[in-house]
This record gives sequence, structure tokens and C-alpha cells, in this order.
Amino acid sequence: MKILVLVKHVPDATGERGFAADHTVDREATDGLLSELDEYAVEQALRVAEDGDGVEVVVLTVGPDDAADAIKRALQMGASAGIHVLDEAIAGSDALATSEILAAAVRKAEPDLVLCGMASTDGAMGVVPVMVAERLGWPAATLGATLEVADGVVTIRRDTDTASLTVEANLPAVVSVTDQSGEARYPSMKGILSAKKKPVETWELSDLGIDAGSVGLDAAWSTVADTTPRPPKEAGKVVSDADGAGATALVEFLAAGKFI
Amino acid sequence: MSDVVVVAELADGHVTKPTLELLTLARRIGSPVAVVFGDGASVAPTLGEYGATAVLSAVDPALEEYLVAPKAEALAQIVAERSPAAVLITSSAEGKEIAGRLAVKLGAGLITDATDLAADGSTTQSVFAGNWTVRASVGHGVPVVTVKPNAVAPEPAPTAAAVSEAVVTISEASKGARIVKSEPKSASGRPELTEAAIVVSGGRGTGGDFAAVEALADALGAAVGASRAAVDSGWYPHAYQVGQTGKTVSPQLYLAAGISGAIQHRAGMQTSKAIVAVNKDSEAPIFALADLGVVGDLQTVLPAVTEQVKARKG
Repeated sequence: MKILVLVKHVPDATGERGFAADHTVDREATDGLLSELDEYAVEQALRVAEDGDGVEVVVLTVGPDDAADAIKRALQMGASAGIHVLDEAIAGSDALATSEILAAAVRKAEPDLVLCGMASTDGAMGVVPVMVAERLGWPAATLGATLEVADGVVTIRRDTDTASLTVEANLPAVVSVTDQSGEARYPSMKGILSAKKKPVETWELSDLGIDAGSVGLDAAWSTVADTTPRPPKEAGKVVSDADGAGATALVEFLAAGKFI
Repeated sequence: MSDVVVVAELADGHVTKPTLELLTLARRIGSPVAVVFGDGASVAPTLGEYGATAVLSAVDPALEEYLVAPKAEALAQIVAERSPAAVLITSSAEGKEIAGRLAVKLGAGLITDATDLAADGSTTQSVFAGNWTVRASVGHGVPVVTVKPNAVAPEPAPTAAAVSEAVVTISEASKGARIVKSEPKSASGRPELTEAAIVVSGGRGTGGDFAAVEALADALGAAVGASRAAVDSGWYPHAYQVGQTGKTVSPQLYLAAGISGAIQHRAGMQTSKAIVAVNKDSEAPIFALADLGVVGDLQTVLPAVTEQVKARKG
């Protein structure tokens, strides 16, 4: 069985994130890394591989040169090979174009199972897994808090506000997992050393049969008018709770705001 | 006036508050047409009260038996039939997935997590943990927009909603992800976290004891939330987690008790209208966001506040 994990290289959420002049995400201002939420998908793929025979874990990213770091991290964690879809024309693609590129890459890679994180930590739309499934015509079992694969069927538990659902899908399928699925491992020293020898292929849009004019910023179906940093918040009042002054101040605040 | 398709969300057979918000926003653009997955007759009066001129029931067993895809397929057929000016869906996990599939099916642009919507269909979004505001619009196809709860206060605009059944056909291709079991969760009796006007959240500082947090929440009629640290420690269920990998909330008042305010948490609450923090550590980053900060032990402060709130309410 072949598992293809779709991962994204994102600006570090603890850094200063912002937008470039063309309103795309500024990827220079702060260091990038493998999206934390994708680490859970890599982890689940590795667990399936450890529990089964002949399971291959390949990791795929779409992104600029630096996105190779996201592949590297997944290889260090234990994935066996990487694919980097790299093409200047991709810059500025919206979720629709990204899902089209990913779906074409999935067709070329021919996995039995596509695994994704629940969302990226930058765009945070959480729609790409179902969009890829929609384009492939594959079932999507998304937001799995647990994941099992047996006899050509993938089973997840999906927790909603009102119920806990058990969802099954026949392979091939697209699955996304949440941070509830299990702590992602840190690369071991052995993993870090062996990652350097693992194969990483680079694919361009032409390898996927995608017209460069159909993706990228100019082809995006939604247009950003402006991006504005939130003005720094004025420092609020801070009260020390000596002698119950904190509780009193809090109650006064609630009353002033008509919350009570 | 052109139609605006609004996907109605129901909980226990009732129309959810975010749905009423969508209807309120939809009226800025056109004439709201509500789509109900299931029989819409019983909820039509409520939908009409908030301006829905028509209620379309999409009825098919597959809508309940399979995950998301059948709803997107039914909706795509309704949209193709009505050619609305826009499609508005609540930014819930399922709502966003319906929207994503719908945008692909329609060949239409998609905007998720809007916090406001103008008459011309342009949107406002709050991104990067609430640190940036983005204004955008869809320039291709029928705009598909998901809107966060609490984007607007629901305003009634009574009309008589005409109820009819929409003819939908669910293909085998949409029947791929089978829901084989559904175990209902017990209700907390508190307001829904993403819809509540007030949220009281507890974090590491609770030490695992949420009694004071829950008591204050109940006194205020608030929802209870939890930080990732509290959820990861097994102190509170994941369904109540506020933050990047949990719920995003934007209440009138957010009260963070024993929460330091890591970026992952701020991403889920930074757009709250008013923020109050109670924390022992005067250096906690949450204080930088707070309109009022109380440096003290939440196990002392919260019960004292609860008592005074109850006393004022008589």
C-alpha cells in the first residue's frame, strides 16, 4: 500500500506573520516550517506503515524552493520519499487551483490513501482535503480523531458538536486527521541522518498536464482588495487581587459592559 | 432582487443562531432562500421571521447516511437551478467542507471564515490569529462564502416563507464516506461555544479543577471553553477547546482563567469584543490582549465574582 501525505510549508506562527505587497503571504518575513497540523498526518501514516507490511509513505508538497524543508522534516520523521511540485507559475494560487494541482499530483503518484492535516496553520481554510477528493471523485473521511486501515477500508472517528461519528470509506480515499489523532514524533538522530539519502523528486506543472495560466495569483477566483495589520491593542487595566480588589474590579467591568 | 442561497443549520430540530445571522447578512445582497437538509416545514416560520422568502427542503436518506458529499451535491443542483447572487454557509467544520466541494462543482470562487459581508458581496476576514484584516471578493462564478458565527446580530424581517421540496439526485460518487455509527454526546445545558455571547475558559492554571470556571459560566449564562493545555491534560473534552485546532470564538466577552495566552490560543479568541484575563503570572502574554487583567489565583477570584454576580441578580 502506498500512502501519500500532503504537507504544507508555512510561516512560523510564533513569528511575525504578514502579507507582501501583492497581498500574498509574506514568506520572507519569518522562517517557515512544516505546518504543525501536517505533522499529525505524517505521524498517522508512519503508524499505519509500522503496523502493516509493505506500506510505503511518500510525502508531497506544493510550494516554492523553501518548501523543501517541509519534505525534509517529514523524511526525518520517517517517510521514505518526497515529491516537490515546484513551478514559478504556482505562486499566489488560491485553494481551488491548489487543489487542482494536488489532485493531478495524486493521479500521477497513484497512492491508495491520501492523508492530510485538518487545515494549514497559515490559511487555515480546512477545505483542501475535500476539494482534492471532489476532483478525484474519491471518498473523503475528514477530521479523524482516530484512524485505522484494514482490508482496503479506512475508518475514522469524527467528533462533531453533537455526536461522535464512525466513518468508513473504501480505498482509494482522502483522509484528514486532527491534532487529537496522536502526538507527532520528533525526528531521531538516525532519522535525520538517513533522510539525507532519501529520494525527492521535483515535478513541474507540465509534468502534471496543468496549464500554467490556469493557476497562480492572476488566475485566482477571489481577489484581495487590501490587507491591514490590526492596530496594536491599547493596554488594558491590570489589577492585583490583593484584598479581593481583583474580583471587585471584574464585577465592575461586567456591570459596565452590561454583562450582568 | 436576486436570490441569495443560505444553508440552514439545524440543531435538535431548531434553527441555529448562526443561520439567523446568515439570513440577516444575506438581506444586504438580495432575497434569502434557505436550504434545509431534511423537511423544512417545521422551521420555515423561524426562517421566514428572519427574512427567508423561500424554504427549500432537500430530502434524501443519503444526506444523513454519508459524510458531507451528498449535501454538497444537492446544494450544487439547487444553485444551478436558482442562479443566486451568492451562497452563504456557516463556518462550521461541515459548512466549510460543503463550501469547498460546492466551489469545485460550480467552478466558483470561495471565501471562508468571513467576519463581515457587504452589499456588493465583498467580505472581511480576520487572519493570522486575528492580527490582520483582509478584504476580498469573489470574481468568478457564484460566490461561495462561509461566515463565522457572531459576524452580525440577527435581526428579524418577517416574511411568509414559501416551503417547497427541491428535487435532488444523489449520485453513487457522493456515497463514499459511510457514517456507520453515530453516538450522541450528552448536552452540557450551556450555550453553544461558538454562538455564546460570553465564554469563560480555563487553562493550565485550573490545575484540572474546572468547578470555579463552570460556576462563573453558569452565573453569567456563558459557555465554557478550555485551552489546549487543559484539553491535552485530559481535564476538559476537546469539543470545548478554543484555539487554532479547536473552536474559534468571537463573543462579546471572553474571560480567560489560568490561560497564559500562547499564539495557538489567541488564534481562537483574539477577535472577542472584550477580553478579561485572570492569571497568577503577571507576565502572561494574555494580559497584553486583556481589557481588564486580574493578577491573582483564579480559584479565589472566580468564586468571589460568581458570588457577587449572583447577589446582583438577586
